[in-house]
Amino acid sequence: MRLEIKDLSVHYGKIEAIKGISIVVNQGEIVTLIGANGAGKTTTLKTISGLRKVSRGAILFDGQDISKVPAYERVDLGISQAPEGRGIFPGMSVLENLEMGKFNRKDRRSEMKEDLNRVYDLFPRLKERSGQAGGTLSGGEQQMLAIGRALMARPKVLLLDEPSMGLAPMMIANIFQIITTINTELGTTILLVEQNAQQALQRAHRAYVLETGKIVKEAKASDLLNDPEVRAAYLGTGAGTGH
Amino acid sequence: MINIRDKGAEIWENWNRPTRVIFVLSTITIIALLPFAAAWGPTSFLDTPITSFKNVLVYPVGMFVLMALGLNIVVGKSGLLDLGYVAFFAIGAYSQAILSTSFGWSTWEALPVGIGLAMVSGVLLGLPALRLRGDYLAIITLGFGEIVRIVILNSRKVTGGPDGIAGIKNPPAIFGLEFDLFHPEHFFWLVGVMVLLVIWMVRRFTVRRPGRAWEAIRQDEDVASLMGVNTLVYKLWSFVIGAAVGGAGGVLYASKVMVISPDMFKFEVSVLILACVVFGGIGNIWGVVLGASLLAYIPDRIRFISDARQVIFGLVLIIMMNLRPDGLLPRKKREKISEKRKK
Repeated sequence: MRLEIKDLSVHYGKIEAIKGISIVVNQGEIVTLIGANGAGKTTTLKTISGLRKVSRGAILFDGQDISKVPAYERVDLGISQAPEGRGIFPGMSVLENLEMGKFNRKDRRSEMKEDLNRVYDLFPRLKERSGQAGGTLSGGEQQMLAIGRALMARPKVLLLDEPSMGLAPMMIANIFQIITTINTELGTTILLVEQNAQQALQRAHRAYVLETGKIVKEAKASDLLNDPEVRAAYLGTGAGTGH
Repeated sequence: MINIRDKGAEIWENWNRPTRVIFVLSTITIIALLPFAAAWGPTSFLDTPITSFKNVLVYPVGMFVLMALGLNIVVGKSGLLDLGYVAFFAIGAYSQAILSTSFGWSTWEALPVGIGLAMVSGVLLGLPALRLRGDYLAIITLGFGEIVRIVILNSRKVTGGPDGIAGIKNPPAIFGLEFDLFHPEHFFWLVGVMVLLVIWMVRRFTVRRPGRAWEAIRQDEDVASLMGVNTLVYKLWSFVIGAAVGGAGGVLYASKVMVISPDMFKFEVSVLILACVVFGGIGNIWGVVLGASLLAYIPDRIRFISDARQVIFGLVLIIMMNLRPDGLLPRKKREKISEKRKK
């Protein structure tokens, strides 16, 4: 698995939101894309998963340009996204949400139990709540559900859009712990978009810094944690969870 | 306010199979006997002034139930606001009218053609329109409904223009049941059978993949496509199936009334069918059936107050929607969840 974004530009009408960025995600890595509000992080992820159109450049997945492949087929290729703002189906139960994650898998029936168990092992809370409507879960649980649902499709690469957004500090630590677990134990490659730079840089192998649609820095995550510019701009004085 | 829908579902779940069968069969029997209710003492209050009760049961009541169920697939299940549903009704009706008067086809021969044409026009409208969302889709469908009516109005050679088409034949008899002016109850049973077929079809879809896909699209279209749902195809399916039901309704309608003209297919009809769906309980089959029955029946029942009846009708709508904003029998907020808890 190798995801390569080459000179990608994305427009909203006439406004160029993403201005020719290049990102590489290798097999087994956690790569994080950090940046402030409006930098274009979510747009980048949406473009990779197919919700936004590419206006220039290419998205290469295992060497093949997938920028013309519709969103619903990219799931089958092995790209799953846990959407921003815990985009779950509020009117469906937890179990139904998880089942939706396997909507297109031909082997749905035979694999369902196995995949459900894997997700429930990662998120025991979801098992307890399997009959409850998604919309009635707490913020953290909804985030777990969004990640769990994305895992149901057995993705090669998992796209996470601000999993820490709006969560309590305890829950943030919990979610990031699970992200590491998914990476090490399931071997899933992860592209993580975050505003919480502190946590993201601690968990990731490599990182990109996005500013108003451009990549301004690219380095090993541990190096960025000690980078004075990054510390000043994204980590405050350096302590705590970043925000 | 107590939730009648959940109460009903609870009672139903606690019944065993024979009880359910008896309940369904007796309900069907009672409804089948409805046409005779006006002539039977204790239920004679149901009788409608001016138009005979038996005819009111066929049109508007039966027809509206059928059409509301069809529109419910589009609006209720997949959440697409269609304001031009009457177009499919019109296409079905004119297919039957033209095939009957110019080619001598019987209703049973014209039925598949009418359904087919409605479905084709559903695809033609849906392919471009379903790329749009929300308000834009509503406007386009509204435009489509008007375009179909205006085209019919102006194609004088084929459709008779504003004069419409007269002399459409009634359906040939089946199982010795004559379909003619003197037997409106036979038409009622025919519509009833179609309604049952549509209910059966919708229920099958709802628990299978299309139902899941529609539900996902209705709740969040973007996320649905992230799950691998080909949203355009599934939206198109719900549109086309809805169109098929509308077309079938049109064919039956034309063969019942024998004369059709463009002013029967105005925008108001689309709105009224939509009102039936919303009033009864958007997304819930039983709510839609109840809503359509009441909304179709009440205006005819209170026809004796002549001009004031539309005002009264409007008032009833406003009061009801304030009291029960989700409709008479709203859909279950979380489908199937209570069952899973029990396991």
